[in-house]
Amino acid sequence: MNRVNLLAVIFVALILGFWEAFVRILAVPVFILPPPSSIFAIALIRAPLILPHAAITFTEILLGICLALCTAIPLAIAMFAKPALEKALAPFLVASQAIPVFALAPLLVVWLGYGIASKVFMAWIIIFFPICVSLLEGLKSCDPEYRVLFRLMGASFFKTLTLLYWPWALPRFFAGLKVGVTVATIGAVIGEWVGAQQGLGFLMIQSNARLQVDLVFAAILWLTAMGLGMWWLVGFLERKIIKWK
Amino acid sequence: MLQVSSVTKYFKDQAIFSKLDLKVDQGRFHILVGPSGCGKSTLFDGLTGVIQLDEGSLFWNHESLSNLSNHAAYMQQKDMLLPWFSLLDNALLPAKTGGQDMARAEIQARNLFRRLGLKGYEFYMPNQVSGGMRQRCALVRTLMFNRDLILLDEPLSAVDTITRRSLQSLLLLLQTEFRKTILMITHDIEEALLLADEIYLLTPMPMTIFRHFTLDSPKPRKFNDPLLLDIKADVLDMLEGDLIHEPG
Repeated sequence: MNRVNLLAVIFVALILGFWEAFVRILAVPVFILPPPSSIFAIALIRAPLILPHAAITFTEILLGICLALCTAIPLAIAMFAKPALEKALAPFLVASQAIPVFALAPLLVVWLGYGIASKVFMAWIIIFFPICVSLLEGLKSCDPEYRVLFRLMGASFFKTLTLLYWPWALPRFFAGLKVGVTVATIGAVIGEWVGAQQGLGFLMIQSNARLQVDLVFAAILWLTAMGLGMWWLVGFLERKIIKWK
Repeated sequence: MLQVSSVTKYFKDQAIFSKLDLKVDQGRFHILVGPSGCGKSTLFDGLTGVIQLDEGSLFWNHESLSNLSNHAAYMQQKDMLLPWFSLLDNALLPAKTGGQDMARAEIQARNLFRRLGLKGYEFYMPNQVSGGMRQRCALVRTLMFNRDLILLDEPLSAVDTITRRSLQSLLLLLQTEFRKTILMITHDIEEALLLADEIYLLTPMPMTIFRHFTLDSPKPRKFNDPLLLDIKADVLDMLEGDLIHEPG
């Protein structure tokens, strides 16, 4: 594991080194492509400006994740319990993914306003699908022989769900959640691009318009850190909860 | 105790078994022996209610019922322990799902752990113990169903010879010490001869019982018991004869 981490660090260092050298040697103007060193510097120096925006975006993503969990889990369980429901809803679920979020964003801003609600909604749409589908697949992957065992034990659906299906589905659920939290940033930021008064997406648009490209990159850096942090947190929870793997 | 009366199951137009009769007597060890794919597992699925039987009826102590889901415990070749529960919690599953008194169930489970040499391992996870211990834990769980009839679905077909010996003696314990009635399916004639009181030989497509005989020699039996070897030779002759002179 440590060896893999080391390789990742070396790889990232190589890319950044190449980037830095490229920009310095060719003397690329800062407003076209700033070198990584100044991006890191700006990300730290301008932290007082960036962090309040980051906090807004983070709140949007977090609310989106909570909303997605609160809706995707019951729906996945309901579709698992009643396959007819799955058949009825599957086309809508897939369709919800086929619609580009970019196309919805302006409408959502019109409907839900410039505030946080439209961004939370965007994040929710994006996260909902991977969680719901992966959980449903996880529940359905349960070995039929175990179902026979539970049937003979006279277990109710609820008991079978909590003692068998749910733990069985957890690894897939976490796989879906990992995908969800990393793409959640996309939804929130797109929402902020279209119309907002705060948030990292708003900061990026503003800075871009003023040719403060280093600030744009600094915002992206914070956004990336946020995504990585959530990825790591979900992985941490996964390792804490799924001890038997 | 259990009377299976002319049960029939079709798959499309093909009868998997047709008008099959079987009598299971209290306290006896019954073994159905047949080649792989002859429909044994389908019969078990029908008995446990996993699939619907097309015809025929089941009688439990002369009372009619549709399946055995409330009367039988079930054990398979795989130990089927849930990896997220400790050995003790796994053994307590039938109590949890069946709404039994948990305090009493735990006392019962701990006693069984002691009896089967699992004392001290109550809070180990299944992946921390050996395959033999997992099987013993599965046996405790099977006993915790607190049911008189135990269905065994090829319980030993996937293990190595050494483990198999010790598991066979465990299965025998079910009958001799815990006074359970057993209905087991297997394709292993030797195993059947070692364990069974009643042996049913099955033919495939559709599955029929073409020989039933009773073994009264005392248990535990030995592989090299001349009497068993004689019977085994007879049985193999019978099977071969049946395959050659396929009755119309």
